[in-house]
Amino acid sequence: MDVQLIAMQLLSGAVLGAVLVMTALGFTIIFGMLGVVNFAHGALFMIGAYAGVAVAMQTGSFWWALLVAPLAVGALGLLIERFLIRPLYNRPADDPILLTFGLGYVLVEVVRIVFGNDGIPFSTPAALVGVVNLGIGYFPIYRLFVIAVVALILALLWLGLEKTRFGLIVRAGARDPQIMRVLGVDMRRLWFLVFGVGIGLTALGGVLAAPMRNVNPEMGALVLAEAFVVTVIGGLGSIVGAVVAGILVGLVVSLTSLVAPEMATISMFALMALVLLIRPQGLFGRAGA
Amino acid sequence: MAMLEIEDLNAWYGASHIIHGLSLTVEQGEILALVGRNGAGKTSTIKAVMGLMPRATGRVSFCGRELLALPAHERFRLGLGYVPEERRIVPGLTVRENLQIGLVSSRAPIDEDEAIDEIAQNFPRLKERLGQQGSTMSGGEQQMLAIARAMISKPKMILLDEPSEGIMPVLVEEMGVLFRKLRDSGITLLLVEQNVEWALKLADRAVIIDQGEVVHRASAASLLANAEIQERYCAV
Ligand SMILES: Nc1ncnc2c1ncn2[C@@H]1O[C@H](COP(=O)(O)OP(=O)(O)OP(=O)(O)O)[C@@H](O)[C@H]1O
Ligand SMILES: [Mg+2]
Repeated sequence: MDVQLIAMQLLSGAVLGAVLVMTALGFTIIFGMLGVVNFAHGALFMIGAYAGVAVAMQTGSFWWALLVAPLAVGALGLLIERFLIRPLYNRPADDPILLTFGLGYVLVEVVRIVFGNDGIPFSTPAALVGVVNLGIGYFPIYRLFVIAVVALILALLWLGLEKTRFGLIVRAGARDPQIMRVLGVDMRRLWFLVFGVGIGLTALGGVLAAPMRNVNPEMGALVLAEAFVVTVIGGLGSIVGAVVAGILVGLVVSLTSLVAPEMATISMFALMALVLLIRPQGLFGRAGA
Repeated sequence: MAMLEIEDLNAWYGASHIIHGLSLTVEQGEILALVGRNGAGKTSTIKAVMGLMPRATGRVSFCGRELLALPAHERFRLGLGYVPEERRIVPGLTVRENLQIGLVSSRAPIDEDEAIDEIAQNFPRLKERLGQQGSTMSGGEQQMLAIARAMISKPKMILLDEPSEGIMPVLVEEMGVLFRKLRDSGITLLLVEQNVEWALKLADRAVIIDQGEVVHRASAASLLANAEIQERYCAV
């Protein structure tokens, strides 16, 4: 097999991984801070893609879709936290799981009713159509754009977390919510915002993925499984872990599909099993946490 | 009016009733020592004031404001500082960041660099380590950091839960000097201690609790002289 083909496949894997990172980040942050395993996360990815379709149809512009859809779905996330998740904070851990599990189904059904069962094509924005010669082969411009957007979002997240007062509160609140409360931080408000940001990120993943995949009501199901796998591999609640594991899963799935396409999905679970055997807390997880 | 008034406080962990009708007051500008044997309910009492007990009833007022109905974060904003028994230095944060989190919700805007400089005067050892991970410091240094974090927002009152525990004697002496200085600058202290003699030497008054109830109140000086009472309620 030639090296160029492998290199191109790795690049495709990085694109796949980049979209995964957007979803897994929110999933792992929400789990790490709120202690909520959000089973509606995949459905909200799908809602992000549909919101992108809807905004693009209304405005005729992909760029508006890219901007507005994540914000709108993030706002939906705020409502979900406020009215559905928050009442369950002092209840057993199963309750938010059951709730988000059910919510995921409800969202999928609502989309089916509104948009129908069939997939909707979402065309690549005109400015990003075509391929570019990378020297080792031709690669779609849109896919490079996806990598760039995700890199930009990660850089902004990193700056926000490391360099701002709000970021400090988030980092500290993730490690010790109780001490933050007696230092005057309203943790419920923080959780509310974190949930909204996490949902906005997965919605952005949905919009970015839309031109590369068929937009249909089921598209979130695999994404949820992937986010789960990435979170376990990276370490529960670890942001760096989600980024590294997301890319890693993208690469492994992509390479496997080159040699044995039918094994692609399974390879990601095999990787998870392997990591669990060698390092049960995940690559960047804290032991005992 | 006393600065902190606790009246008929009852508190529970789940079904276990831990504090039974406890009442005490702390006057503005004094050091009150709260002592008693292990499991007497000292930590639980402080937690009830800070809003960390799962359930508490009675009346707790601070500067005239009723506390029990307020969530923990709003109590802090009234000017209450807290140094927890386990210190609770946040892992993953540097010493500087552990000080900064003491400022994120302070009542009045405080200049961060100025505040950290001021803190460094009281704690020279912290100053040399501002960039170090807080949780990698020695136990004594972490205790200093926990105290500094509580002081940095300039609270009116600080509740200290066994600050001298596990600290070497020289540092305990230094800590005593600091607490006197804080009191002289008008800050009120509630000092929970196992190191009874040290606490009584520092304090103005003392309250002894046992099984969640007050069993003795006295001036610190008279309790210091009363070996029998000390033996009865504080011996481990
Ligand atoms: N999280 C908890 N759940 C249940 N019971 C608890 C909990 N924490 C403390 N207790 C119980 O409450 C009682 C009072 O504990 P508390 O920590 O207030 O005592 P203390 O006076 O601070 O003791 P020490 O000197 O050992 O710190 C003890 O009987 C203890 O076993
Ligand atoms: Mg205690």
